Amino acid sequence: MERVAELAYLDLSEAELEMYRAQIDEILEYIGKLNELDTASVEPMAQVLADDQTADATLREDVVVPCGVAAEILEQAPDPEPPYFRVPKVIER
Amino acid sequence: MTAAWTIDAVRGSLAAKKVSAQELAADFYKRIGERNSELNAYLTLSEERAYRQAARMDALVAAGKPLPSLAGVPIAIKDVISTRGVRTTCGSKILENYVPPYDATAVERLEAAGAVILGKTNCDEFAMGSSNENSAYGAVRNPEATDRVPGGSSGGSAAAVAAGLAVASLGTDTGGSIRQPGSFCGIPAMMGSYGRVSRYGLIAFASSLDRIGPFATNTRDVAAILGVIAGRDSNDSTSTTAPVPDYRAAMEKPVKGLVVGIPKEYFAEGMDDGVRKKIEAGIELLKKLGCELREIQMAHTDYAIATYYIIATAEASSNLARYDGVRYGLRVEDDSLLAMYRKTRGAGFGAEVKRRIVLGTYVLSAGYYNAYYLKGQKVRALIAQDFRDAFRKVDVLVTPTSPVPPFRLGERTNDPLQMYLADIYTVTGSLAGVPGISVPCGKICGKLPVGLQIFGPAFGEATVLQLAHAFEQAGGGSL
Repeated sequence: MERVAELAYLDLSEAELEMYRAQIDEILEYIGKLNELDTASVEPMAQVLADDQTADATLREDVVVPCGVAAEILEQAPDPEPPYFRVPKVIER
Repeated sequence: MTAAWTIDAVRGSLAAKKVSAQELAADFYKRIGERNSELNAYLTLSEERAYRQAARMDALVAAGKPLPSLAGVPIAIKDVISTRGVRTTCGSKILENYVPPYDATAVERLEAAGAVILGKTNCDEFAMGSSNENSAYGAVRNPEATDRVPGGSSGGSAAAVAAGLAVASLGTDTGGSIRQPGSFCGIPAMMGSYGRVSRYGLIAFASSLDRIGPFATNTRDVAAILGVIAGRDSNDSTSTTAPVPDYRAAMEKPVKGLVVGIPKEYFAEGMDDGVRKKIEAGIELLKKLGCELREIQMAHTDYAIATYYIIATAEASSNLARYDGVRYGLRVEDDSLLAMYRKTRGAGFGAEVKRRIVLGTYVLSAGYYNAYYLKGQKVRALIAQDFRDAFRKVDVLVTPTSPVPPFRLGERTNDPLQMYLADIYTVTGSLAGVPGISVPCGKICGKLPVGLQIFGPAFGEATVLQLAHAFEQAGGGSL
């Protein structure tokens, strides 16, 4: 559970870890019922659209259009330094 | 239900100058002011935007110009759908002060059709939940029975319409989040086929499942809203070019001879007796309407919840990676970038969202991917095949929307698996991508609403609406 929380960049308290451990175990046990099905010859389904409706058939022309929302977007940032988003130090020197 | 206004009544009254769009908006805001502190259906009101749009509609009336199809119609929008300049929280603390710089396509289309956007409705955090109790801004009460939940995750959108605080609303459905609250609040509620309505501007939960759809007080209004928001949008590559029929015209066709499939797996144990009696009465009514009933099998129904909670959580763990304290929303400061990510996400997300991120991360992680995620995708294919096979034999499928009537606030919050199982009849259609509606099918003891669910084949919305409309007209709502 600690490893999963680390992968998900999620700070969890001891109490949360304990609660999720029990709940996730129960849910995974329930999910285990899928093993009753033999799916060896089944193709996995990633999305439901039929062949003539897939993204490939309907991609738009790749053209540049005016956008100009940078200022508005930066206004929403917790720590903007236009035209950048500022973050804590990533690389130690 | 106290709502007296329909789309036609609004347009008719505007055209006849019996009421102005601005007066109507003011009247709705007055009602919201009276009821919202109890119901908690709205999180944010967009009065300035609403009155500006209402004034535009009044100007059209004054100039004697033709009115667009939703002229002056007050509509509420679920708070996971982006509205330019109007706070959009997703029911989460992590987006408490987020103001989108653009409109979702569905919102843009509603306004282009004359609708007046009243505000944003409460929902489970990031649309994860079946009772609206996972909102960071408090639970919503069911207007039909205020000690009960309104359903979820689009609980605020359902409650607003059921309480007459909007003529219609938009919700989103990933595993039942439109249909189940529609059922719980006693109003029709529909999700179109996957690909029918653009999701541009919908803040993503599970991208292969998420859909936007309408709530209204009657099926004709559901059809009208769906017709406005449906259709290709170049900003969403999953929206299809399939033509959008005139749903309102199509739904008037008689249903005599329509072949209705009753999948027996949806009537197994675990269903509340009161719900069962109402649904059986509903099916009797369909027979009286001249539908041909046929019992069919959908062998993989029982595996749908397990499949859904693999796929939806996997996609959620990926989609919600974007909340990292950098570009928008909450940031909890720390000296290092990674610690800032962890603290921000730990503090910003609520319990259910964290649970699903943990589960989704787990099923995608090295060593478990094949056993869970790939297995889930394979069983999803089997469930979708069940639907395709069924629609070779029948025109539509009829099932209960929920195995239980609206439950009491707090009754299920401590047991996530039990809460997940409340979606047992709705997640199947979500996984298969087919359209579905919940229509009112009477009330248990005259108090607790029951919903009848109708599924159609992909892009068969017109047939779904046709049967829903006939059922409603024949008195299905007061069984």
